[in-house]
Amino acid sequence: MKNTPFTKYHIELGARMAPFAGYNMPIEYSGINDEHITVREKIGVFDVSHMGEVWVKGPKALDFLQTITSNDVSALFDGKVQYSCFPNGKGGIVDDLLVYRINAETYFLVINAANIEKDWNWICEQGKKFGLTPGKELYNASEEFAQLAIQGPLALKAMQKLTKENVVDMEYYTFKKIPFAGIKEVIFSTTGYTGAGGCEVYCAKEDADKLWKAVFEAGAEYGIKPVGLGARDTLRLEVGFCLYGNDINDTTSAIEAGLGWITKFVPGKNFINRDLWEKHKKEGTTRRLKGFVMIDRGIPRQHYKIYDAEGNEIGEVTSGTMSPMSKRGIGMGYIKKGFWNDGAEIFIGIRDKKLKAKIVKPPFHLATV
Amino acid sequence: MNIPSNLKYTKDHEWIKVEGNNAVVGVTDFAQSQLGDVVFIEIETQGETLAKEEVFGTIEAVKTVSDMFMPVGGEVLEVNPILADQPDIVNKDPYGEGWMIKMKISNPTELDELLTPEQYKEVTNE
Repeated sequence: MKNTPFTKYHIELGARMAPFAGYNMPIEYSGINDEHITVREKIGVFDVSHMGEVWVKGPKALDFLQTITSNDVSALFDGKVQYSCFPNGKGGIVDDLLVYRINAETYFLVINAANIEKDWNWICEQGKKFGLTPGKELYNASEEFAQLAIQGPLALKAMQKLTKENVVDMEYYTFKKIPFAGIKEVIFSTTGYTGAGGCEVYCAKEDADKLWKAVFEAGAEYGIKPVGLGARDTLRLEVGFCLYGNDINDTTSAIEAGLGWITKFVPGKNFINRDLWEKHKKEGTTRRLKGFVMIDRGIPRQHYKIYDAEGNEIGEVTSGTMSPMSKRGIGMGYIKKGFWNDGAEIFIGIRDKKLKAKIVKPPFHLATV
Repeated sequence: MNIPSNLKYTKDHEWIKVEGNNAVVGVTDFAQSQLGDVVFIEIETQGETLAKEEVFGTIEAVKTVSDMFMPVGGEVLEVNPILADQPDIVNKDPYGEGWMIKMKISNPTELDELLTPEQYKEVTNE
C-alpha cells in the first residue's frame, strides 16, 4: 500500500485509516457528520494526493483531446478548467476527469485514483493514432504531485493569506500557477467535489509539508479541520456529483448519466462514442440517472432496488447516504423511462420494506419533501 | 477501548447486562467506534421472541449498515425510545443511555456461551 506525502499527518491526528485505490487514506477524523458540516459552513481540508495527473503537450494536443474527451476543449482558454469524461468506444465511460488548459499546446488532466492505470493505458493507446509518445507528449505525473482540496465558504478567504496573487475573486473552475505558502509555484484551482466552494492546490511532493502546515495555520482562525474520504462522499452526493464506479462506469452513457452538459456535439469534434451518444440525445435513453430524497424514514444504499407505486422494479440505487445537513436519506440511481420525472414518487426497497421517496434536483439536502 | 467488567459480550460486538431473568442489550464501544457516526437505528421486534443470534434490529452509520443479533434467546420487551430521535447517543454512551433493547431471557444456560470481558478484548484486538 502506498502513502501520500500527508499520510503521516493523518495517522498523527488519529484518523481512521483504510486502503483506497492502493493508498493508505483517512476515512474520518472527528466524525463524518462533523467534518461534513465543517465543510458546508466553514473550511475543511482533504488530502487528494491519490488523484492522478497526466500532461498532454504539443501541436496535436487539442485535436487529440477533442477526440478522447466528450466536452469541447476548444472552448477552454489559458487558466480555465473543464469537467469532462473519456468515452470508451462502446457507449460507456472510461473515467471522468478535469482538463486544465495551461496554454494552447499544454493541457493537464486530473483523473480518478482508482483508474490511473486504466486511464493511462487508454490515453497511450489512443495517443498512438496521433503519433503521441508516452514520456514525450504524454506524461503520467501522478507520482509527482501532492494535492490538497481546501473546501468551504471560508476557504478562499483563508487561503488568500498565503499568497500575494488575488485568489478570493477567482471565477469557479479557473486556475493560476502562483507562488503560495512559501512554495515557488503551485497550481491553484477553484475546483472541488463538495459544492461548498474553495480550491484545490497541486504542488510538488517535496513541498507537501510546507503546504500542509501553512494551510492549517492560515485556516486556524476560521475553524479549519481535516476531512476524510467519508465526508468527501457525503458532500459530493448532496450536490449530485457523480462518483465513477458508482454512478457512472464502463457501461453507462454520458447522456443517461445526465452528463449531456459535458457532451458537446459541435462541428468538427469527432469524439469517441459520438455517434452513439448523439443518438441517445436525439432519441432518448431507456434509463436516466436521477437524484431523490426519502420521504419515509430510511437510508438508501448502493444496489437497493427502486420500485413504482405498484411495486414494479424500475431501477437501482447507485449512491445513497443519510444527508448530514438535512438528516434525511438521499441518493441517486438509474430509473426506467416514464418514471423519472422531477417530483415523481418512487419507492426504495430497504430490507423488507418499500419506502417512499421523491425525485428531486440537486442539491438534495435542500430539497423539500 | 472501554470494555466494562460487569457485562458479557458476543463476537458480533453486542453486550448484555443480566438483571435476574431479564437483561439489557446494546452494542459495544468498539462497535460504535468502528461504525462512526450512527445515524439510524431500526428495531421492530418488540414483543417477538427470538432465538440466540437472530437479528433483532439494524444499526446504520453514515457509510454502513449492520445487523444486531440476540446475544441469547428471549422476548424483546422494550426498545430504547431515545434511539429514534437521537441515534448518535450510541456513539456518546454505548453502555448507558445508548442501550438497544430490554429482553426476557428464555434459557439462562445460553449465558454461559457468551464472552467474558477478557475474551471480548481479544476479539477487538484481532
